[in-house]
Amino acid sequence: MSSEATAGAHAGDHGDGHGDGHGHHGPKWLAHHFDTPAQQFDAAKLGMWVFLAQELLFFSGLFVAYGVYRSWYPEMFKAASHQLDKIMGGTNTIVLLFSSFTAAMAVRSSQLGKQKETGRYLLVTILCAFGFLVIKYFEYQHKFEAGLLPSRYFHPHMDHLVAGSAPLPANTGTFFGIYFMMTGVHGVHVIVGIGVLIWIYLRNQRGDFSKEFFTPVDIAALYWHLVDLVWIYLFPLLYLV
Amino acid sequence: MAAITTTPGAHHDAEDPNASFLEKKGLMSWLVTLDHKRIGIMYLISVMIAFALGGIFALLVRAELLTQGKTLMDADTYNKMFSLHGVVMVFLFIIPSIPAAMGNIILPIQLGAKDVAFPRLNLLSLYIYWFGACFGLYSMINGGVDTGWTFYTPYSSSDPALGGVGSSTSVIPMTLAAFIMGFSSILTGVNFIATVHKMRAPGLTWRRLTLFTWALYSTSIIQVLATPVLAITLLLLTMERFLGLGIFDPRLGGDPVLFQHFFWFYSHPAVYIMIVPGMGVVSDIIATFSRREPVGYMAIAASSLGLALLGFLVWGHHLFVAGMSEYATMVFSALTFLVAIPSGVKVFNWVATLYKGSISLQSPMLWALSFIFLFTIGGLTGLFLGMLAVDVHLHDTYFVVAHFHYVMVGGTVMGFVGGLHYWWPKFTGKMYDEAPAKAGWFFVFVGFNITFIAQFIMGSRGMPRRYYDYLPEYEIFHQISTVGSWVLGFGFVIILYVLVKSLMSGKPAPRNPWGSAALEFQTPTPPPTFNFVKDPVLTRGQYDYQLATEDELYEGFDDPLFPGIRGGKPAAKPAAAAEGEKE
Ligand code: HEM
Ligand SMILES: [Cu+2]
Repeated sequence: MSSEATAGAHAGDHGDGHGDGHGHHGPKWLAHHFDTPAQQFDAAKLGMWVFLAQELLFFSGLFVAYGVYRSWYPEMFKAASHQLDKIMGGTNTIVLLFSSFTAAMAVRSSQLGKQKETGRYLLVTILCAFGFLVIKYFEYQHKFEAGLLPSRYFHPHMDHLVAGSAPLPANTGTFFGIYFMMTGVHGVHVIVGIGVLIWIYLRNQRGDFSKEFFTPVDIAALYWHLVDLVWIYLFPLLYLV
Repeated sequence: MAAITTTPGAHHDAEDPNASFLEKKGLMSWLVTLDHKRIGIMYLISVMIAFALGGIFALLVRAELLTQGKTLMDADTYNKMFSLHGVVMVFLFIIPSIPAAMGNIILPIQLGAKDVAFPRLNLLSLYIYWFGACFGLYSMINGGVDTGWTFYTPYSSSDPALGGVGSSTSVIPMTLAAFIMGFSSILTGVNFIATVHKMRAPGLTWRRLTLFTWALYSTSIIQVLATPVLAITLLLLTMERFLGLGIFDPRLGGDPVLFQHFFWFYSHPAVYIMIVPGMGVVSDIIATFSRREPVGYMAIAASSLGLALLGFLVWGHHLFVAGMSEYATMVFSALTFLVAIPSGVKVFNWVATLYKGSISLQSPMLWALSFIFLFTIGGLTGLFLGMLAVDVHLHDTYFVVAHFHYVMVGGTVMGFVGGLHYWWPKFTGKMYDEAPAKAGWFFVFVGFNITFIAQFIMGSRGMPRRYYDYLPEYEIFHQISTVGSWVLGFGFVIILYVLVKSLMSGKPAPRNPWGSAALEFQTPTPPPTFNFVKDPVLTRGQYDYQLATEDELYEGFDDPLFPGIRGGKPAAKPAAAAEGEKE
């Protein structure tokens, strides 16, 4: 982990970039405060992993709240979860999984220096992310119509409920409080992800990345995988209990 | 210089490598800077303003309690005063104080790096801090909060405008302020972790890090792991108030104690976000002013990590009387005692370092010694509170108030002000006057003890905290405490005077005013933009007073109390002579 080791391993990357105005020796994309490209890449990667750990703990608060209320009101959770649309949720799971795959492919092609391909894969990822939000929008709309809202605003309309469902127990509003928080916070992450991916896409089209320098693509994809991962837990917990 | 050799032809031919980082003028050059030192200075100014604001609130709270009944303000205003005092001190001052302000300036230099790993993120974290502070100010102008800094539900979450019976104050902007500032804290933590792992100069192994670096590294781990839990908790609280989620509000089927679990899962570790950096500062000061490698270096470093990890296991001691199961309370009580081990390890090692060290009692050292003294009292009284049976009596009394002030003020603020004096010459290039600086320390130390010892006594006799009024038998203690707060406040005014005077008319500081062997004192004062004139390569540790050369240690070293204390070595070299010719 010492910088000596990395310095040795990547001495070959030095060479060009003399007199680029920043007064350091290395390619343009090497920030002034790093000695070697490897150091820059390692730092970015580590920083992102630490940030992702933080993200997991952020969501963990929601998971703990979920666990607590589920153990207190198992019947209520069962009945309430029955009201969620498994088809839409399932479709969204597939959409996100696929987008995670295309994000990984974008990294792969960026590593190989195939700029066009990278752009295409990024576009598909972004489209999938929008698709996810559209499906989510219809789901939310149905919940609003059915009055399946957080506790204070919870007022179910029987005619909008899933056919053949048992009467909803007391405190069902708490389930929807948790549902909207979990999916809402996840949704915000999707929106942020779209912003990040578009930015990466534009930089890729501008030709910022190359075989030697694909760190931002890699980092953005890592983030996107996390968004996907969280959903993979949310889906069974909320929809399939 | 023997220890710090250089790589030839390293970097930056464009700018004058010797130009100090303070050189560029103009507000914009500060606001868009990516230089960790400038960002640190802006943080430093911000947290000191926050400290002054929180201090004024504190003095008002104490003034109100000078006499029974109404002295100065009505009960509602009083509730807001102590809440704002707590919020400002915790979220705006103490959490960012040492890591984001001093750490930002010193950490990369101690690593021999040109900057932190992510300079842009660093600036972003400062902006986020300011953005959060704006929310806090907005809330204050809009009536403030009266929930206490803990925002306990259901009081905070149940809005009277919607038929609740809770607080009608502007809770939402204030919790959002804390939520936003949490992100600033997280980003700083991420940045520091990556910086410590990836930016160390060649030869700077983990065992050669300074203890300040170790402390910041441990703190960063807590920041990254605990803060997000607070963030989601505060978000849930905001939404509870806004949408009525039903998670924390019992009227809607929620559980307010769950909030307390979430809150303290952050806020107990947060105590270590506050105190561990102070411990790091103190370790460095003690080594420098004892002219000695810290005894048990690895033990001190490891105990920082130990505190960071144990800090996550003891949150339940805040809920002993909140209705946990008996078994849970017993387990949390037992775990709480474990925290004494790493804390004790540190205290014993500091004392052992002092033993047979060549101690010079200059002002940073005075702050460091009072840190040890006060933190020990704070820590030991913490054991009282961790003891299940005793806590049932002491819970939510002034004993608790005194305990946490001994830890937070006696610990962190001592570390902060000590560090401020220690690195002041490095930050500003100016020396301050030693005699009035010592006087400031004296008033703070004495005033602090008067204020809070009185609170220990009245707390143990049952005076509850957060009360607007009290029984006659407590009046004398409240009066002692209030007078103490004036002495304390006067001390800080002196310190402010000393620092401002130093800025206006201080003598230029030498490169190494204290004769320290650490890396930040080997670079010019104030440091150039890239920290070092040539990239450093380390061949010795940063506490190695044996291997450090005389030039490294004695350039500008001038100890008025104990000239030439290091056996056989020459006495002080004149400050000006050596300036500039090295490096
Ligand atoms: C400078 C002298 C200070 C004085 C005289 C002072 C005084 C007080 C008083 C009277 C209270 C109300 C106690 C209660 O009833 O709960 C209080 C609460 C508190 N203080 Fe201080 N304080 C000082 C400095 C600080 C500092 C430097 C910090 C943190 C860095 C701090 C953190 C707190 C906190 C967190 C609370 C709890 C507020 C709450 O109950 O919500 N104080 N202080
Ligand atoms: Cu605690």
